[in-house]
Order: sequence, then C-alpha cells, then structure tokens
Amino acid sequence: MEKIKFQIDNKECEALYGQMLVDAARDNGIYIPTLCNMQGTNPCGSCRVCTVKINGRYATACTTPVACGMEIESETDEIQEIRNALIELLFNEGNHFCPTCEMSGNCDLQALGYRFDIMAPRFSYQWPKRAVNTDCPYLIIDYNRCIRCKRCIRSIKDEQGKSYFAFLNRGDKIEVSIDTMMAKNMSKELAELAAKNCPVGSILLKGTAYKTPIGERKYDKNRIGSCVENAQLTAKMEELK
Amino acid sequence: MSKKITIEPVTRVEGHGKVTIHLDENNQVTQSRLHIVEFRGFERFVQGRPYWEAPVLVQRLCGICPVSHHLAAAKALDQIIGVGPKGLTATGEKMRRLMHYGQVFQSHSLHFFHLASADLLFGYDADPKTRNVIGVINQFPDLAVQGVMMRKFGQEIIKATAGKKIHGTGAIPGGINKHLSIEERDFFLHSPDPMNVDKMIDWSVAAVQLFKDYHAQHTDFIDNFAQFPSNHMSIVREDGAMDLYNGLIRVVDSEGNIILDKIENQDYHKYIEEEVKTWSYMKFPYLKSLGKEKGWYRVGPLARLNTCDFIPTPLAQKEFEIYKAYTNGKPNNMCLHTHWARLIEILHCAEMMKELLNDPDLLKGDLVTTGLKGNEGVGIIEAPRGTLFHHYKVNDDDTIKMANLIVSTTNNNEPMNRSVNFVAKSMMNGKTEITEAMMNAVEVAIRAYDPCLSCATHAIGKMPLEIKMYNAENNLISEIKS
Repeated sequence: MEKIKFQIDNKECEALYGQMLVDAARDNGIYIPTLCNMQGTNPCGSCRVCTVKINGRYATACTTPVACGMEIESETDEIQEIRNALIELLFNEGNHFCPTCEMSGNCDLQALGYRFDIMAPRFSYQWPKRAVNTDCPYLIIDYNRCIRCKRCIRSIKDEQGKSYFAFLNRGDKIEVSIDTMMAKNMSKELAELAAKNCPVGSILLKGTAYKTPIGERKYDKNRIGSCVENAQLTAKMEELK
Repeated sequence: MSKKITIEPVTRVEGHGKVTIHLDENNQVTQSRLHIVEFRGFERFVQGRPYWEAPVLVQRLCGICPVSHHLAAAKALDQIIGVGPKGLTATGEKMRRLMHYGQVFQSHSLHFFHLASADLLFGYDADPKTRNVIGVINQFPDLAVQGVMMRKFGQEIIKATAGKKIHGTGAIPGGINKHLSIEERDFFLHSPDPMNVDKMIDWSVAAVQLFKDYHAQHTDFIDNFAQFPSNHMSIVREDGAMDLYNGLIRVVDSEGNIILDKIENQDYHKYIEEEVKTWSYMKFPYLKSLGKEKGWYRVGPLARLNTCDFIPTPLAQKEFEIYKAYTNGKPNNMCLHTHWARLIEILHCAEMMKELLNDPDLLKGDLVTTGLKGNEGVGIIEAPRGTLFHHYKVNDDDTIKMANLIVSTTNNNEPMNRSVNFVAKSMMNGKTEITEAMMNAVEVAIRAYDPCLSCATHAIGKMPLEIKMYNAENNLISEIKS
C-alpha cells in the first residue's frame, strides 16, 4: 500500500494512506494523548486532548487523516499548554475525587493529569450536581466522573445497532444517559465491555472494585503513553545492536 | 466578677478543638468543656455512593489511623455481602489483622513518642520551647530515633498489606486484595537492625520499662492526675482475651463488675445511644441501660486492659499482670496510666506482628469469599484510640442508604470533658492568672486519650494555641498565644 511521508516535530514519519494522524503517530513511536479516541469506533474529536498544529492550523489528531507533506507540531510548548488546559478543564467541570475512586491507577484522565504534571487547578471547580445510575444490574454509572467522550455511545449497541447510551440536553447541560429499559436487560458481556471502554471511573462493573492492589494497576509503573514511546526506544536499541 | 477562659485550639492532638473554663467571682471553676468546633459530614456524603467505596472513602477521615476506619468499614461490608465475622478466608483475616496490628503499633508509637513523651520527659510545666518533639530529639536522641523507627516499621507493614502507608485499598468486602510476598515477609523478619520485628519487640519492652521507671519516680503525679472512676468498654475475644480486630462488646464498671458482655456487633444500637449537645459537634454516647448521667464510658488502651481477662501474647501478658497487680486486679481509673496501657499494647502488637509474619497463610490461599447478600452491616474494631463503630445500610441497587460512625474519640467525649474539668478545678481554682503550665496541664489530660479530633470532626487547618480570659460582661481581659 502507498506510504505517505510527513513530519511530526521535524521528525520524518511514514503512514498508510487514510490513516488517522493519532494512529500514524503511534506507529512512528510518537505519543499523542487522547481520551475519546478508541480503536474500532469512528473518531469524534470530543475531548480535544489530541490537539496538534498542522501546517499552522489547529486540528484534532484523531479526526484528521494524514496527508502527504503535513508538518505537524505536537510536543511544542504551545500545544502542550493547550492540552494541559483541556485536561484541567475536564477535571474542573466534573466531580473527580481520585483518592477514593476505584479507577484510580487505571484511569486515563488521572494518568494524563500525572503526565502533564497537573498539581493544582488554575480554573475554578464547577461542582455540578450529577446522579449515580443503577439501572443496569451489572453496572454503576457515576455521571460525576463522565467526560462526555462518547465512547459508550459509539461502542455499546444492541444487535440492531441501537446504542444503549445517548446524549441528553444541550450545551453545558449536556450529559450521557442510558436507556432505562435497555439497561435492565443489558448482558453481562456488554456491561463488561462498557466498563472497559470507559476511560475514566464513570461506568463501573460491580464486584471488581479495588481488586487490583496498589502497585499492580495499569499506570502504577508506567505512565500513560510510555508503551508507545518505549516501543520506539526498543526498536532503536535493536537497530544499534 | 465571673470569667471565661478559652484554650483554642488544643495542641499536640490530632485535629481541632478548644476548651472553655468558666470562673465565678471568687475565681472558682464553675464549668469546663472540651468543644469540638469543626463539622463532619462523612455520614451524609457517603449516602448514595456504591457501598464498596466506603472502606476507601471513609478512611479519609484521618491520616493517622485510616486503617482502623478502612477495616471497620470492610468488616461491616463483609456482612452486607453475606460473610460473617468468622467467614473470611484464613489469608483474608490474617492479612487484615497484620495490617491492623501494624496500624495500632505505628499510631501508639506516634502518640507516645512524638506527642506525649515531651510532657513526661520534661514535665508538663517545663518551658514550652523545649517541651516538644524537637526538644525530645535534642535531649533524648536515641529515644526519638526509636519512636521514629517504630512508627516507620508499622507504616511499612501497612504498605505491605494495604498497598500504601496512608489510605491504602487492601481490605475489600469479603477479604483482601493481595498476599504478602516472600520478599516483604523476609524484610520484616530478617532486615538488619532496627527494621526487623525482633528489634521492635525489644524496643517495645524497653518502652514499657521506661514508663514504669518514670512512674516509680513520679508516682503521685501519674496516679492522681485526672483520676476518676468510670465505666470501660471494648470488644474482647469470646474467651476474654484482648483482641483488637474482632470480638464481642464488653463493658465493665469502675469496680470491675460486668455491665454488658458478649454483645454481638450488630446489636450495638440496642445498648448504646448518642446525645447531641449544642456546644459541640461531637456527640456524647452512653449506655441506654444506665442513662446519660451514669452510662458514659471510656474506651482505648486503659479501657481495653480493664475489660480483657488476659493478653494472648507472652511478653505483653507478663506486663499485663504487673499492670493489673498495681490495682489489685481491679479496673484502673487513673488517666495517665493510659500511657502505660498503651505501651503494653505496643508490645502486644509487636508480638502479634511476629506471629502473623511467620504464618504461611499470608503467602498463599484464597483472598476473598462471598455469601448471600444482605442490606445491613456493622463493623466494630479496636482502633488505637478505642472502640470504633461503623454501621451501614445499603439499598437494593448497592448504594449506601445510611451510615453511622461512632469513632473512638466520640466514645471518649464525656471522659475527656471530665478530665478537663478535673484538672481545671485542681489547678485553676482561686487563681487570678492563668499560666502556660496550667493551660498545658489541661491539654495533658486530653492528650492522655490520644484524641483524634480530626477523625471525629474531619478538621483542617493550623493549630496555634490561644487562651483568652473574659469578664462577666464577656469583654476580653487577658490573652496568651503560643
């Protein structure tokens, strides 16, 4: 298949035609942070955390196919600052109490907070009043932690392709909701998938909380994105041998 | 002209509190109170949360003994998932016990060496510039290092069992989430001195001796300072042995007569009620059968050594016998003997840790068990400061409907107030000027209980000491700040 040549932060990269920028970067050993992006579903660019600058214009890397000759700025101070602010805003507009959250150590948002050294918020907390939904017998859905990434809406569907989840309300009042009747009949397998696909601690599978000891959780030893970076490092080491 | 004295906040305790002392026209103490001035909201804001969050959420009450809350909540949730007090797997129960004994060991060490020892080593009326933990480090460096290392050992035990030294996640409903690794076990058993359990036992024996020597030299002060009769409560093992993790409720009176015995944890509310008073955020628990006036009781090390029949480890039992002989087998009602009892418990914890560390069940076996789900659970544990109650009711959708926490310091509310009153009357009656020494004497009485006011109230903030005198018109006439 035809290979496309482009640059990320002045590094020469190659990608397959039609590949999204975030995936192409990964294949070239460059980590671009994402929260809403999920392999196997159509990208939607809702979280904006993968913002890059392409030939001088801002764009989201998860929704932009790579094109020949693109010059992309990713880890520049300007872009990192934008991402930092976006991540902070996600923390501030929800109710994220990491110390007691059962997803602590496995949460992508928390992991990005650590990666971006977010120590204290610069924006004021919104403290929204949000509910906990228990319609599905296998799940607890805690909307306090929802970042509206739409992963659940895009990936959790019945046999006819109807989504269990949907957006409710508009603007800053928008929130994810689950169809009550469909939730009651959701299979355990689908519930497990919904919990797995949630990047934060919003969709929680009952009976699994805190079962992984501290030290063995997803991000206890490796920061988010390190698998992409380490893969590149390993490849370079092999080359040197 | 009547006066009002305020000590605010009380220092070298965990949390925030103030003392007010009212004097009449002849400078006689008419009333003294320990006020807990911060609001706590944990019982309310856990409502609606998934029940399994409780052990991790509620432990955030405190950074000193979060393990006690973590385990009390886990014990309550065990019942909600259908696992009785004896239904855990051997690994689950023993890992939790190791966590708990590590917790009590480190918390008692912190209290005695860091917070209270300065009063004993320098005297409660010594210069406050030296009468503090820095003074202890400067003048008794070996003792200070011992205190620091003992606390560190307990904290490392907590980390190995709960995942973190503070606010871990080890105990989950129905068990524990990890085994002890061979490396962790060997670290505690075979590390070079001082970080091994044998050294901890040696140091604990020495700490008990330190207090006994001090007592021999200051018998009058130790025996008579804020000494008054009271009832005593704790959980004890079915055979009457001291058991800090699991047991049945026992209450004895000041003469040793049994008031309550073999009370199942889930029945606590049939025997205990809490009174609310307008001047404090901390409630006043009492025994229903005896009423508010006579039903108050003490909890903590002093109470535990008064309620148990024996201590099931040899060295601590030996010290227990000496301790009991001092009061001819009767309950000990001497406030400052709480430190003695606390040090005997430190020794017991060290021995228990050694016994558990040598138990192969910690290294292998099932971690979790389950049963038939229910909607209500009560977990009672002997926290460092005394009996701790966690009571939860759960909705059918697994969210928490009701939580009631009676923390150790709350149980000691009335005794602490009585101790304050005792010291205020004995030291301030007839005095026109309140000195720093008098002020500290009041705190020494409170400090004997090792109160965790942050635990009882979820307090935050600095703890400067301030004392104010008011005249009858409520005008400030004198003020001292530390």
